[in-house]
Amino acid sequence: MRSNIDYWKKGFRDGIPIALGYIAVSFTFGIMAKNAGLTVFQAVLMSAVNVTSAGQFAGLGLIEASASYFELAFTQLIINLRYCLMSCSLSQKISNDTSFVHRIFIASGVTDEIFGVSVSTEGKLNPFYSYGVISVAVPGWVFGTFLGVVSGNILPARVLSALSVALYGMFIAIIVPPAKQNKIIAGIIMISMLSSLAFSKLPLLDQISSGFRIIILTVVIAGAAAILFPLKEDTNE
Amino acid sequence: MNNNVYIYIFVMAGVTYLIRLLPLTLIQKEIKNATIRSFLYYVPYVTLAVMTFPAILYATSSIWSALAGFIIAIVLAYRGGSLFKVSLSACLVVFIVELFIC
Repeated sequence: MRSNIDYWKKGFRDGIPIALGYIAVSFTFGIMAKNAGLTVFQAVLMSAVNVTSAGQFAGLGLIEASASYFELAFTQLIINLRYCLMSCSLSQKISNDTSFVHRIFIASGVTDEIFGVSVSTEGKLNPFYSYGVISVAVPGWVFGTFLGVVSGNILPARVLSALSVALYGMFIAIIVPPAKQNKIIAGIIMISMLSSLAFSKLPLLDQISSGFRIIILTVVIAGAAAILFPLKEDTNE
Repeated sequence: MNNNVYIYIFVMAGVTYLIRLLPLTLIQKEIKNATIRSFLYYVPYVTLAVMTFPAILYATSSIWSALAGFIIAIVLAYRGGSLFKVSLSACLVVFIVELFIC
């Protein structure tokens, strides 16, 4: 058995690429927040309590347009509904006896990226692993926002461009190794990527927002896979 | 901006946090149903694959640097590289390719 502090350290290490990727994205968010008329404090606060890229970008647009609170709430619900699927998946990844307090804190870190590394850990998810990831990734997100608002040109464009692939690189590092062992997963990944490409290129389908695209494809593809290739008993993966 | 920015921020945060929190607190038990379990098992692979491609190709200043980063990431991940190594190598490759073409 490894101690909680070991899990925390492991999480912290896996969180570093997330933090770097976050800085690149939230830096851009900071610039846009400033243009939308938010103060440094407001932009940083928004990043600290939301930690959701697409949701925050959409939120800025609505705030600028003086949308109603209801409209804003509804938009966030739609854009971030994918977190619901992720949380359902995580509920099976954590141990049954995980306390309510741990669940509350784990939930605060359900983002695409933190979810990605959390599900890729071996066996059950130790809450301290999540805290390790959160403790470096979330400050990265907040710090990037701060930099973006305070100075729009502190990071050279080349560096920003390079850092923009950090999060995708991480996703690939998560999904490729299991695909090597398991042909079904490899097939699912190929189909998912091709469908995603189709959704971004084909007329009509390209009108669907990326948040909804994720939800639709996840439900359809993971659903079909579950019916066609149900897991064998007692695989705790 | 006529409305209060702080109320906006907390409305957003409240909705987003509830979406994250409810499944984690409401589903306390291990799900026994094989189909649902299988579905939840496959969810991350579909979600992450859909988010990665083709979005990665448009993330950088040039589709070619992005493609190079994408390929390197796949090769290194296939060889069992750590998250950190795969991720930063992809960034590095993008940076180097863009030195030449941009």
